[in-house]
Amino acid sequence: MGPANAQIDLKRRFSLMRAHELTIRFVLLGCALASVLTTAGIIYVLVTEALIAIPPDKAFFQEVSPREFFTATQWTPQYEDKHFGILPLVTGTFLVAGIAAAIGLPIGLAGSVYLSEYASRRTRTIVLPILEILAGIPTVVYGYFALVFVTPYVLRPIFQGLFGFEVNVFNAASAGIVVAIMIIPIVTSLSEDALRSVPHALREAAYALGATKYQVSAKVVVPAALSGILASFLLALSRAVGETMAVAIAAGQSPTLTLNPFQSVETMTAFIVNVSFGDKPHGSIDWKALFAVAMTLFLMTLTMNIVSQLIMRRFREVYQ
Amino acid sequence: MSATVSESRAAPSESMRDLLHVRRRSTRSRWTEKGFEWIGAGSTWFGLGVLIVLLLGVLWQGAGWLTWSFLTNYDSRHPENAGVLAGLWGSFWLVSLATSVAVPVGVGAAIFLEEIQKKGWLRTLIEINLANLAGVPSIVYGILGMAVFVKMFGAFGHDPKLLEVSLYFTTIEIPLPFGRTVLSGALTLALLILPIVIVASREALRAIPGSIRHASYALGASHWQTIRHVVLPVAVPGILTGVILAVARAVGETAPLLMIGAAVFLARTPGGIETPSDIVRHPHGLVEAPFDHFTALPIQIYNWVSRPEPEYKHVAAAAIIVLLAVLQLFNIAASVARSRTRQRARW
Repeated sequence: MGPANAQIDLKRRFSLMRAHELTIRFVLLGCALASVLTTAGIIYVLVTEALIAIPPDKAFFQEVSPREFFTATQWTPQYEDKHFGILPLVTGTFLVAGIAAAIGLPIGLAGSVYLSEYASRRTRTIVLPILEILAGIPTVVYGYFALVFVTPYVLRPIFQGLFGFEVNVFNAASAGIVVAIMIIPIVTSLSEDALRSVPHALREAAYALGATKYQVSAKVVVPAALSGILASFLLALSRAVGETMAVAIAAGQSPTLTLNPFQSVETMTAFIVNVSFGDKPHGSIDWKALFAVAMTLFLMTLTMNIVSQLIMRRFREVYQ
Repeated sequence: MSATVSESRAAPSESMRDLLHVRRRSTRSRWTEKGFEWIGAGSTWFGLGVLIVLLLGVLWQGAGWLTWSFLTNYDSRHPENAGVLAGLWGSFWLVSLATSVAVPVGVGAAIFLEEIQKKGWLRTLIEINLANLAGVPSIVYGILGMAVFVKMFGAFGHDPKLLEVSLYFTTIEIPLPFGRTVLSGALTLALLILPIVIVASREALRAIPGSIRHASYALGASHWQTIRHVVLPVAVPGILTGVILAVARAVGETAPLLMIGAAVFLARTPGGIETPSDIVRHPHGLVEAPFDHFTALPIQIYNWVSRPEPEYKHVAAAAIIVLLAVLQLFNIAASVARSRTRQRARW
């Protein structure tokens, strides 16, 4: 009996310990799954309100045809005569994101080339924290900046005073400019990482062939890091498309189909914020329209992020 | 340093060109050289310029409006009486609750990914998921929070229920669905900062060399004992840096809170706690606060910016100064934590 008992004893103590370890392991697994649950939650909410509802309810696309949603040119959910054509919101979004990209991407790229190829160590230690501060400023502050400074002190004097355009108080241009300021830190820091990971041998080979500094930077290093730069561009664009507060404050709330940057437009994100104010009853068509717009936005940014990650992964494989 | 190296390397080609009498091309290319460098330098310093203009502009607009009573007043229909008291307390409650949910879960997830499940499809799935969550616009989290926490999928119909939990000293009344309460906002913010906390904690755990884990195993410690008593204590400063940055992000977040239904005009603090001494005087306020209505500092800024009266632009500027000052405190705390990490990391 003695030896057998001892064995059982040993086993029990061993299994208690294991049970403890296993419990903790499951708790930690639960923590890790919380992030997966978040994604699942987002997809579930968007799909059940916009695409396919659980039978007694009807989803947005079961009441409004996708054809009308994606091709009609009027967005008037708040009026009696309801029209759900998302085009004005999409053009508004891309107008703002396009202005932001046209300003922010070149400045961000030029800055990253300068930081990686030209700047001294000291410049880098000064500039990089400044970019971090810029990236950390809340977007509502940028909205204030666009409305109170950019429109009256930059856009009005130049475009209304000199060129005679009509500049609205709320306009796509001021929103685009502050979104550009927001995406510059993203482009600069990510592109700089890509540029710095180009092997030194490439630069030295180009210098040995008699290339100048400009030629090495612009014709050797930048093309070699192109995929990393593209990935940073896509990430910045996705950020610009999803940007909400600055755009809701500065670009206005009128869903008009226009490409005039000095007019008031409404972006997809601004619509979502504005409509949430009215406290729409759960289950009404306005409430569901919110989810249809959110799903369009989610799919757009998700696509950009995934493509950006694919490019980034390919890029890593080349140099490691 | 690198500039001198490249010039000496570029020199032979230029002297060759001089020999061949292609002076014009050589000067043009020199212009390209200089121009390229100047454009790069200009773009690099552009950020600093913008930051200076922004800060000076806000200070100029907000100066004179930022007084002590601005910090202790509620919002008002008279701009000169408006203040950020409700917003400050609202942000405090939101951020503390969000942090106390997101940090344990985030650190737990990081431990799982770095210490327990080091490979396999589950880890790949979670990693892909994390990478994509980081790119989801914050307003989409707002939609999630509204459907899940505020309305609970409409599961309780049109009349909300009140769940009463009695403790021996007080009764907690939990509204179901949560509705437009601090709790809904805090849980949404917690989901939003969760990926940031996980990524930062993973980096902190990864920086710890395997040798100290092996030493712990060699002394007979179990897997969890090693994590709990050896790995985590060393990782704390690194995790702390990430947590502080995540908290700073939560403080400035506006869009999801608007979706959750933060009140834009509110003359009440959560739980009625207006000063720290109120916590001692009405301790039941601590229990009520999570289920109270709320506003937040960035929400108040948004409200004031949107008002047509020009005086409110100054009020908004004063509130922005307060917000940026709070964020700066977090940044300083993060850099202190970071330097601590560097000091301790001598293996």
